[in-house]
Amino acid sequence: MRYLPLTDADRSAMLDKIGVGATRDLYCDVPAGALLTDPVDLPLHKGEQDVERTIAALGAKNISPSDAPCFLGAGAYRHHIPATVDYMIQRGEFLTAYTPYQPEVSQGTLQALFEFQTQVALLTGMDVANASMYDGASACAEAVMMAARITRRGRAVLSGGLHPHYRAVADTHARFLGHEMTGPAPRLEGDEDIAGLIDDNTACVVVQTPDVFGRLHDLTALAEACHEKGALLIAVFTEAVSLGLIAPPGEMGADIVVGEGQSIGNALSFGGPYVGLFATRDKYVRQMPGRVCGQTRDSEGKRGWVLTLSTREQHIRREKATSNICTNAGLCALAFTVHMSLLGEDGLRRLAEINHAKAVMLADKVAAINGVRVVNDTFFNEFTVELTRPAALVVEDLAARGILGGVPLSRLMPGRAQFANHLLLAASETVGDDDIARLCAALKEVL
Amino acid sequence: MAGSISPAGETFTGNRALHLEEPLIFELDAQGRCGVDLDPAPAVQDRLGGLKRRAPVGLPGLSEPQVVRHFTRLSQKNYGIDSGMYPLGSCTMKHNPRLNEKLARAKGLGDLHPMQPDSTAQGALELIDTLAHWLKTITAMPAVAMSPAAGAHGELCGMMAIKAAIDVRGEKRGRVLVPESAHGTNPATAAACGFSVDSIPANARGRVDLDAFKAKLGDDVAAIMLTNPNTCGLFENDMIAIAEAIHDAGGYFYCDGANLNAIMGRVRPGDLGIDCMHINLHKTFSTPHGGGGPGAGPVVLSAALAPFAPLPYVVHDAAGYRLVEHDEGGDAQPFGRLKGYHGQMGMFIRSLAYMLSHGADGLRRASGDAVLSANYLLASLQDVMSASFPGPCMHEALFDDHFLKDTGVTTLDFAKAMIDEGFHPMTMYFPLVVHGALLMEPTESESKETLDQYIATLRALCARAKSGDIQTFKDAPRFTPRRRLDETAAARKPVLRWKAETEGTSAAQ
Repeated sequence: MRYLPLTDADRSAMLDKIGVGATRDLYCDVPAGALLTDPVDLPLHKGEQDVERTIAALGAKNISPSDAPCFLGAGAYRHHIPATVDYMIQRGEFLTAYTPYQPEVSQGTLQALFEFQTQVALLTGMDVANASMYDGASACAEAVMMAARITRRGRAVLSGGLHPHYRAVADTHARFLGHEMTGPAPRLEGDEDIAGLIDDNTACVVVQTPDVFGRLHDLTALAEACHEKGALLIAVFTEAVSLGLIAPPGEMGADIVVGEGQSIGNALSFGGPYVGLFATRDKYVRQMPGRVCGQTRDSEGKRGWVLTLSTREQHIRREKATSNICTNAGLCALAFTVHMSLLGEDGLRRLAEINHAKAVMLADKVAAINGVRVVNDTFFNEFTVELTRPAALVVEDLAARGILGGVPLSRLMPGRAQFANHLLLAASETVGDDDIARLCAALKEVL
Repeated sequence: MAGSISPAGETFTGNRALHLEEPLIFELDAQGRCGVDLDPAPAVQDRLGGLKRRAPVGLPGLSEPQVVRHFTRLSQKNYGIDSGMYPLGSCTMKHNPRLNEKLARAKGLGDLHPMQPDSTAQGALELIDTLAHWLKTITAMPAVAMSPAAGAHGELCGMMAIKAAIDVRGEKRGRVLVPESAHGTNPATAAACGFSVDSIPANARGRVDLDAFKAKLGDDVAAIMLTNPNTCGLFENDMIAIAEAIHDAGGYFYCDGANLNAIMGRVRPGDLGIDCMHINLHKTFSTPHGGGGPGAGPVVLSAALAPFAPLPYVVHDAAGYRLVEHDEGGDAQPFGRLKGYHGQMGMFIRSLAYMLSHGADGLRRASGDAVLSANYLLASLQDVMSASFPGPCMHEALFDDHFLKDTGVTTLDFAKAMIDEGFHPMTMYFPLVVHGALLMEPTESESKETLDQYIATLRALCARAKSGDIQTFKDAPRFTPRRRLDETAAARKPVLRWKAETEGTSAAQ
């Protein structure tokens, strides 16, 4: 087997040193009958070529966004990833390192994490950020639990515009901790009254902007309403690129900002691994979940970095830890940081402007089609349209024409009949004029 | 870089050949540069509703070659499995084949959107289903939840399924039994599910004390969370008795699968009576650790727990593969959802490629080699270091700091000295059941030549410690990009981000 260096001669010599006759003898503590004598019922080993062929065959059964006009969003966005990003994260020193618990031989990972934390804090307009979380949805659930710890209150008010996966993950955690989750039903027209739902037992209000329908929200008044009642405002985003063009939640008074960082540097990869972003105010840092990297000096006085505030974490605190999370999305965070470094101030702004412009062009083009109504007044690079037929069927018809034509709201909120005909459409810099033309032509055919 | 000559350095730059000082990316800034070329945005009437950003983000501007050099220099300050032996006990730092990286990026897999219609992602769903079949077969368990993103996330999934099963029975069981030797995530997970934690002591043989465990059973016990092989590197030989006892008491058996690498292809946890177990794909099945994630932690479930598996999951019938993303009623009673979308697909591809490469025969060979190598270390070191328990061990060998008694050298000093010798240290101070623990896991990826060099190095360090040469240990590591770092100061006054006003534009000094 190509990955196993020991030869039969090595094995014999090692067994001799140990003083047993066979490897099997080392399993003497396994209850009789539970130690298998034969391999399990699975195929035997394969050479590299065969494995490649097997997996490539699975890939060939999918329609990839690289081969089709793609307007899919709903929390995961297709962007161009510069070649440098993937090259960097595949360097073995980054790829094959463990968590930087031995800082003297992990300064590369640690410095990159410090840069990541700084970038996330800047982007969100907050004081500090952690070293990343599993994904945006789990970061959101952790934020709700953190707010409960800070305020010692057990109720959260969640906007109807929150991505249903984020809502579902937060609800799952709440179920097991006995927290109350409430909030208005999702609505496409008009404003929801969230401020009116804040009471003296409310730990936090959770609002997404751009929301799941693509609409933008000014959070300033809501932040004030939260703070009057002693509640925290948690702001959520699913498209990190939007923060290159839109005023950040930190400027609007949010106390915790969480979101998905996939769209900067990370492949779609059918939904994972992604990178959850988590930022907050200085005063709450010791209640923040997850890993965090901090600056210090070495014994010669040189600047360096370590994982810090670990007394919050489970390997020290066990059942009293702030969270059960003991990892981050290290390599995805690195991809984010490399891409963000390439973009810089000008590149990020321009990328965001192009995304917005493409979406505006798409919205104007589809709005001109009979049977399509653009619902949104505001959006960044994704918006909702109402069709004259169930969106799920339209999407299948578009797929049959080789077009990945958006996400039907019914897939996200199947219980809500009023959204049966609504479709989410996203446009990034990867969408060309001809892609838009093909979508419009196909929509005219199927509506 | 100017003015950054270290007091101990002999060069003008602070660099030493391949040891290159590197400022933060924010300190390399020059406005007006950009590392990507983007056409100007088409002119449109914006739809931002007056919410446009007014202030700049504050990001530096760099060209592509500057970014490449910056991160290349950073990477050179890191030790990875590619660099050398990484014997971190409990972490299974095995070789990460590049084939797996290539395939994760393969056509139709890396660039695949999670919200594509199922009809356009049949191959992806088949891949998830195929991996699920391998995991179920290796563990002899009837069901698997694929979505958890890490080991601790898998623990959460398993314990939530247990809580949901207890709720359906209409019972109130609030206590979870956790051995002292457990990973810290076990009690943290139990607490995150609303359980209280009750600790079980170990016996003199480093296993769960069966009598102490039985004495703690009662009708308020929800589960035992047990790692097997355990964190002392030992197989819990009372596994079956423990499973029977917890089941008789109406509780469930959660097995922490962190150490599956010792037994894959040789012992199936399902044959031992467990109810659920998370599998760390980043340990056992070699998806890269990436400097701390991402991982993946699918959870195998017994028939009793299978109905409570979280959303989403893949079903397969005559019409093909389908993702179930919402509660559809029927027998399934999913406890909820743990993350966005469907799981760590990128990790699924890599681990399936790894499994296909090994096959049933190779997985068995690999676990055998991992156990053989750990026992070889134990046998070769026990005359100079203090083994906590007599052999045989499983895939990791545990030592305590008794051999350093009266030398003035601590476990930490000893580990830092190994860095100077070109090895990543073993796990230090874990598990908590022995004093000053040193836990070594060589994995199956190391050649006998490397193991022998490692043994010789440890023996030499033992001799040095006993010779009274303490200073070399206290000074270690001496040859790393940075010497020992002040972790106390870092925690006391946390500096968690760069700020222009505090750092100015000066570099390392």
